[in-house]
Amino acid sequence: MAVRVTAENFDVGAENAALLAACPHAGALASFLGVVRSTPENPITALVLEHYPAMTQRALERLEERAKTRWSLLGCTIIHRHGRLLPGDNIVLVLAAAAHRAQALDATAFLIDWLKTKAPFWKKEIFASGEAAWVAARDADEEAAARW
Amino acid sequence: MNNSIKILYFAWLRERTGTSEEDFLLPDNITTVGDLIAHLRTRSPAIDAAFASPLVRAAVNQDFANAATPVAPGDEVAFFPPVTGG
Repeated sequence: MAVRVTAENFDVGAENAALLAACPHAGALASFLGVVRSTPENPITALVLEHYPAMTQRALERLEERAKTRWSLLGCTIIHRHGRLLPGDNIVLVLAAAAHRAQALDATAFLIDWLKTKAPFWKKEIFASGEAAWVAARDADEEAAARW
Repeated sequence: MNNSIKILYFAWLRERTGTSEEDFLLPDNITTVGDLIAHLRTRSPAIDAAFASPLVRAAVNQDFANAATPVAPGDEVAFFPPVTGG
């Protein structure tokens, strides 16, 4: 399935291979992988991802349709995890397969930019102290989505 | 005839209202998302404070909505902060 919302981890290599197998005439495959970030300035022990299941799947399928039409994609994959994740864990994978690189790269950037502002997920950071804070939306994300 | 709607709350809206999901009997005078928010805010100071935030977003039947979006029996209305996935 091209869109997957899951608590389970995913294998990037296996997903690349599966998409290419489904798109035998592709000349380009672009990908974006988002992972849980913890830095010395802002160390976290976990990231909890909440979502709105009935809306998430539809929102992602709509994004996929839009990207496929606009960039003549041969195929794409969107996987987003939910639940409790640890630093370094995979969060989101976007793959786009096309005849040529420009379509694949642009479609991938579009998909992740729009996903960040249109798919109903919310991140909560858990700190070593046991305190937790909901991540605030960034204006830069809205601006990135608006350029498409 | 069932005149209720389902209301869902996510992220800090869920925490601040103390509710993740409820069935709500829709009075005749509530016809939009804005009407519904105004009514919910009368329930308690905590709920009023949560909805006072300019960050509150809404969806009706899984589509993004605004204060003017109509609400009718059988609808699913969700309230949540700006999304932060990806």
